[in-house]
Amino acid sequence: MNIAAQINSILAALVLLTAFGLLVQRRIYGLLHLFAWQGLFLSISTGVVGYVARQHHLYISSILTLALKVIVLPYILHTLIVRLKIHKEVETVVNIPTTMLMGIALVIFSYHLTAPIRELSTLVTRSTIAVALATVMLGLLMMITRRHAVTQIIGFLAMENGLFFAATSATYGMPLVVELGVGLDILIAAFIFGIFFFHIRETFDSLDVEQMARLKEEE
Amino acid sequence: MTLIILLGVSFFAAIVLAFVGDRRFAPEINILGSAATFIASVVLAVHVYYEGPMIAGRNFFFVDAFNVYLTVLTAFVSMTTAIFSRRYMRREREHGRVSHWGMRFYHAMFQLFIFAMLLALLTNNIGVLWIAMELATLSTVLLVSLYRTPRAIEAAWKYFILCGVGIAQALFGTVLLYFAAEKVLGEGGEALLWTNLIQVSGQLEPTVLRLAFVFLMVGYGTKVGLVPLHNWLPDAHSEGPTPISAVLSGLLLNIALYALVRCKVLVDLSTGTNMAGNMMMGFGLLSILVASFSLLRRKDIKRLFAYSSIEHMGIATFAFGLGGPIATFGALLHMLVHSLTKSSIFFTVGHASQMHGTQEMSKIKGLIKGNPLVGWGLVFGVMAIVGMPPFGVFTSEFLILTATMKDAPLLAPLLLLGLGVAFAALFRRVQPMISGAVPSNQKPVKASHIPIILHMVLVLIIGIYMPNFLSEWFHTAVGLLK
Repeated sequence: MNIAAQINSILAALVLLTAFGLLVQRRIYGLLHLFAWQGLFLSISTGVVGYVARQHHLYISSILTLALKVIVLPYILHTLIVRLKIHKEVETVVNIPTTMLMGIALVIFSYHLTAPIRELSTLVTRSTIAVALATVMLGLLMMITRRHAVTQIIGFLAMENGLFFAATSATYGMPLVVELGVGLDILIAAFIFGIFFFHIRETFDSLDVEQMARLKEEE
Repeated sequence: MTLIILLGVSFFAAIVLAFVGDRRFAPEINILGSAATFIASVVLAVHVYYEGPMIAGRNFFFVDAFNVYLTVLTAFVSMTTAIFSRRYMRREREHGRVSHWGMRFYHAMFQLFIFAMLLALLTNNIGVLWIAMELATLSTVLLVSLYRTPRAIEAAWKYFILCGVGIAQALFGTVLLYFAAEKVLGEGGEALLWTNLIQVSGQLEPTVLRLAFVFLMVGYGTKVGLVPLHNWLPDAHSEGPTPISAVLSGLLLNIALYALVRCKVLVDLSTGTNMAGNMMMGFGLLSILVASFSLLRRKDIKRLFAYSSIEHMGIATFAFGLGGPIATFGALLHMLVHSLTKSSIFFTVGHASQMHGTQEMSKIKGLIKGNPLVGWGLVFGVMAIVGMPPFGVFTSEFLILTATMKDAPLLAPLLLLGLGVAFAALFRRVQPMISGAVPSNQKPVKASHIPIILHMVLVLIIGIYMPNFLSEWFHTAVGLLK
């Protein structure tokens, strides 16, 4: 195993670690920091892969990730958190050990699921595809287990991180037009959930989505 | 050139309408933009009809018989919905349900939504297809929450989160598809082009494609509203403004199914089995059964028809999964007639709930006496949607049922059961609403005649005598989807 693959594996491990951290972090600011770190690891990893594989378009992806996921999105979220005055909120997270165990099971499942792809791939990054899928799955788990609107959005963005990581490790990144389009969609989504936070807060007096159960009652 | 006009008009109209805002003529501009889009789509369709499939814009666009008919349908229904929304939204505005900013937003996003759907249909690149699908979702999220009631916000949040998660799975599927394609076609944008993929489909790695399809099925299936991924759909349809319910139900679900079918063709060609088709049949049948039984317990009129949409998308998905010329023909026809019928039903439902100031079915009464157009429109719409002859839905459901009896006879009773239950449930619910005397809480409303009558006449014509060009189109599309 050459050095580049090792560096990449370390970065993948860090991405996975932050994904687990997001799963159980209770403080809003802590979540935001973890999310920014995950973006940073992702960006470095993309840059390293681009250098090793001589895929220069990956540099652009790397810079885009850095700009979008380390600077712009955390900044937007930070502003929203300050404006909504929820920076001191601590979310009650139940059953941390169970959630962790489920997370581990998802990682094993991801390794199992991506086994055929690892065998077929010849890229230096092939060992990280499983981590990418695991990040997607952990983001999904986070969205299911957490009840705070901001937390759910961070879970959603973490999923997006996982998808981006999957594209880099499986194929050295999607074609540029697709990556730009996906980035644009995320920005629009950020605009929308920003508006949403205020609407939810105005109507429900809190960002706890547990209160939204009116439509269920009617069933 | 036509393509640029087709896509450009709606995009440009979105920008113009964002500036026009709540001025008196905004709905007219909205209609004008949609009408121009419709004309461009017809020009494109005529071109494709005579010249055959076309590729344009450096392989970026691809038009064949399958997507061109959906393009015309999308442009047509958005035009009639724009006409309907002129009177409908004006009344909502007068009653203070929508704010000044809400109207600005509504018109701009309506056009952006049309743009996203047309882009999804016309693009050759399956990555861009995903982006356009996501854009279509995002542009409608805030329209669902336009009324700003707690229920509307909850529905929109659910829609945003569930569809966001769902469509993320579809992106993973697309990444896997690219992974398989890149091995054969080399790196770069070329490997995501549908026209290239279909040519080399035999060489794509079957194991990867099988895995990819599971993710694509879950992802796009969420947007089609297939059970058990359908939770967002009744909420989003019932809480948003009615014109949005009409286009969500009539158009967006179709586009998602279109994306799924494109992927299914690739995967089945590559694996040489019917694995993707079987999955679609399973999801489709489950949707038909669950949705038709859910119809029985509904109280809200828009939720009722939202469940009916799940049922009908289930029928089309099932038929595409079944494959074969008859079932595929039926499915293509079903997408067309369901879209026309359901949007017309939503137009009448919108007026009916405006007349009574509620969406609760128990409070809606005496529609035929109160407003014959709305009452009879609803009667004929429901007759059409449950599959009574001579309407078009009967033809498509009959074809699908025939194909099921031939290719999968064991599933035919289940399909019939679903259709039968839906038939009974819809009539039981609708009959008390249309008959009887006019209740005291009913207020008169200025209904939009043109969209309702036009849609019903078209569904009737297709049911009685299908125009030659339409069946030729469908036959070509069936050939493409083999």
